[in-house]
Amino acid sequence: MATVNEERLMDGKTGKWEIVIGLEVHAQVTSNSKLFSGAATAFGAEPNSQVSLVDAAMPGMLPVINKYCVEQAVRTGLGLEAQINLVSVFDRKNYFYPDLPQGYQISQFTQPIVGKGKLTIDLADGTSREIGITRLHLEQDAGKSIHDLHPKMTMIDLNRSGVALMEIVSEPDMRSAEEAGAYVKKLRSILRYLGTCDGNMEEGSLRADVNVSVRKPGERFGTRCEIKNVNSIRFVQQAVEAEARRQIDLIEEGGEVKQQTRLFDPTRGETRPMRSKEEAHDYRYFPDPDLLPLELDPTWVENIKQGLPELPDVKKARFVSDYGLSPYDAGVLSADMASAAFYETVAKGRDPKIASNWLTGELFAVLNKQNLTIEQSPVSAGALGGLIDLIADNTISGRIAKDVFAEMVETGKLAKDIVAAKGLQQITDTGPIEAAADQIIASSPDNVAKYKAGNEKLIGWFVGQVMKATGGKANPGVVNEILKKKLSA
Amino acid sequence: MADLTTLTLAAARDGIKAKTFSATELTQAHLKAVEQTRALNAFITETPELALKQAAASDAKLAKGEAGALEGLPLGIKDLFCTEGVRTTAASKILSNFVPQYESTITAKLLKAGAVTVGKTNLDEFAMGSSNMTSHFGAVENPWRRAGDNRPLVPGGSSGGSAAAVAARSCLGATGTDTGGSIRQPAAFCGIVGIKPTYGRCSRWGVVAFASSLDQAGPFARTVQDCAILLREMSGFDPKDSTSANIPVPDFEAALTGDIRGLKIGIPKEYRMEGMSAEIDALWQKGIAMLKDAGAEAVEVSLPHTKYALPCYYILAPAEASSNLARYDGVRFGLRAPGSSIEELYENTRAEGFGKEVRRRILIGTYVLSAGYYDAYYRKAQRVRALIAQDFETAFQKVDAILTPTAPSAAFAMGEKSDDPIAMYLNDVFTVTTNLAGLPGISVPAGLSAEGLPLGLQLIGKTFDEAGLLKIAGVLEKQVAFTATPDLGGRA
Repeated sequence: MATVNEERLMDGKTGKWEIVIGLEVHAQVTSNSKLFSGAATAFGAEPNSQVSLVDAAMPGMLPVINKYCVEQAVRTGLGLEAQINLVSVFDRKNYFYPDLPQGYQISQFTQPIVGKGKLTIDLADGTSREIGITRLHLEQDAGKSIHDLHPKMTMIDLNRSGVALMEIVSEPDMRSAEEAGAYVKKLRSILRYLGTCDGNMEEGSLRADVNVSVRKPGERFGTRCEIKNVNSIRFVQQAVEAEARRQIDLIEEGGEVKQQTRLFDPTRGETRPMRSKEEAHDYRYFPDPDLLPLELDPTWVENIKQGLPELPDVKKARFVSDYGLSPYDAGVLSADMASAAFYETVAKGRDPKIASNWLTGELFAVLNKQNLTIEQSPVSAGALGGLIDLIADNTISGRIAKDVFAEMVETGKLAKDIVAAKGLQQITDTGPIEAAADQIIASSPDNVAKYKAGNEKLIGWFVGQVMKATGGKANPGVVNEILKKKLSA
Repeated sequence: MADLTTLTLAAARDGIKAKTFSATELTQAHLKAVEQTRALNAFITETPELALKQAAASDAKLAKGEAGALEGLPLGIKDLFCTEGVRTTAASKILSNFVPQYESTITAKLLKAGAVTVGKTNLDEFAMGSSNMTSHFGAVENPWRRAGDNRPLVPGGSSGGSAAAVAARSCLGATGTDTGGSIRQPAAFCGIVGIKPTYGRCSRWGVVAFASSLDQAGPFARTVQDCAILLREMSGFDPKDSTSANIPVPDFEAALTGDIRGLKIGIPKEYRMEGMSAEIDALWQKGIAMLKDAGAEAVEVSLPHTKYALPCYYILAPAEASSNLARYDGVRFGLRAPGSSIEELYENTRAEGFGKEVRRRILIGTYVLSAGYYDAYYRKAQRVRALIAQDFETAFQKVDAILTPTAPSAAFAMGEKSDDPIAMYLNDVFTVTTNLAGLPGISVPAGLSAEGLPLGLQLIGKTFDEAGLLKIAGVLEKQVAFTATPDLGGRA
């Protein structure tokens, strides 16, 4: 492992502790039908309306693999620069639960479809770190148990039963809550780029099991606890903090961490035990005899590889090298594919840094405020480009441009139309500017005297007065030049 | 008119086509036989109204000249095949009220070919047994009895109801399933023909699963030709079963040329088990001689891992079953025995719903898959299974088929082996190997025991060579010329 980074350590009474984190992320595969049945997967349907005979585990029903889900898993594996296993095996993970109709989950245990890979996380201090991916496997989701509809009974919704999940397991390579959060963020970004998972944590399409242990720097791994089903990046970070703190306090008080499955309670900001190792299920994994080993054609895999989109890290590097953006701005713009595409449309044939500033500044502020995605932006990339063009050719000043942008957001009109309708064109004709300058100079003898005596900062005041007199439409550079000339005459 | 129930399926087919009798007449004759032999308990659910409706539809189709390959032919359906709108129990209390909304691929194919279904036949609960004694709906009685002995005998199992029904002439043929011998052993006990095809030949979709990697459906009939006719209609690729083989289905009936000259028949030396009865051995020698007479050559082969087959089977089959039967939990269908918690609901439902043998196998299967035991049992058994398959592969490099006895004895009396599960499991000693290797096997009646009970010989074929296997079986059948029939006496 990498050398210990002092800043990532957590303080305890007995000194500093290192947190060790590994994540198991369950990502719902984007596909129209389930992993082993033809039933639909749409979110939010009437309970039990998307359940086939296979999903309900009726007697004699058999699973048949959905090729598209396999393709999605392979695509994800390739996106994580991982080894694609041309032969993998589906196993049964046996346990009883009412929302698990078969009495077993079809998963992959010893021979997953994707092996070792990696992912680079970006941290707030501008540094990046590589996190190892242990494996990715395909498995069925369970149904949903609803406990609050009836005082004594539990209701079961099997719509989700059999939906394809990718379980993506990381190495225990993360050392802080921030890194864990950055990992989920980057993974989600990659999944969305690939179109293999919508990454929607509120709808449960992406959830994380967080494994946390603590140790004194340089010592062996401590005993870990697994925090199940954490469903937001913020909660992942809070859960890491809370669980690490709990473990450190426990050890420092002479206790011992017991291997446990725990739950994170966001309202109380603490984790609490779900079941201990002793109570852990014996899942009795064995190869599912209803399914033959999954064999992939290397040519098919290669074709998927050829069709992969440019992924966020590559795109970010390109934004830095081709557009001269800072790594931070490049990271922000490449975090999701739509923003990156929007940016590249705006930047095409224009100053890439100005384009970046408009996106990360004005546009993202509006989107955040109105809670919109880039796809829902009230100003299109072309329209924003049009606005930037008006600045570039000196039709309007940067300050006027902000007003025009506000109106574009409001009305959806194009910049040039707003500028034309309101007569906002910049005055570059020196005649009216000179007239305004003469008038200001004539009416402010005191300030003229001060300026001439050496207070050159006053030029700003003169410029401001001229701009005011011309309704902000004068070109500030021209105004500056004319005033300097006149005042030194 | 002659008794239509004495016809073979082939003769009945030809008679219907020649309009010698109608499908309805043929069905009525068999429904009457179902009624008259009801004491055998061969059927869990009789479906006379459905059968007559199907027969009427067949007659209408025949009148229009649109007959299918099995048009108007009355069959029994093992109650492990899900049948739309007809209760399907697997002979278990836990499914005693289960009416599927779907038709298994095989029964759908049979119906499409024009078959008439007279009822759902009895079996060992979830096909677990070799005597048909474990059915929740009561034991099935073998139509045969020992000479001078009135004690009821078992028909074998698990497809005991199907075998008994065909032997008792309540139907021309029947479906069975064979996980470790469940078609071949009852066929031998009841003096009829039964074939388990190659794993993957017949779809498992809609058949209640026992052990998925071993389960394979196949037909029972009174002649090899009848089995060939039925097997052709039951076979074929099914995209709904991932283990189904996407290969063409030959015309098995046409393969019965009667010419086996020059074929090599393997005689596995390891099948001469310790304590094998002289009677069974003599039957085997007779079979060898008959095939030689017909121009085949007998070749000794070695299947060295045979002695591990039974323990291997009794690890793998229960392991799969323990998982396959987890879905019977009282939550969505079937029996529900309420409890105050979900655990109690599970425990009460499964304790009440499953019989003793099924519970025993679930326990064995759960045990062998448990952490710490998996390697010692399940994994080792999988390795043995691979070695057994390898044995056959090697043997089939020098022979075309293998001849063995079907079962170590003739039918035994009800209750004779019930107290001793191991003795019961030994019934499968000659049949489980083919399931483990996925190979086709057929049992053909080959003679009568000293007590006057039918005995069967088993032929094992190469993968997907059912055509070759049926051809040899046809020759053996002809040589044996087995004409004995059970004396239904007062029971019919």
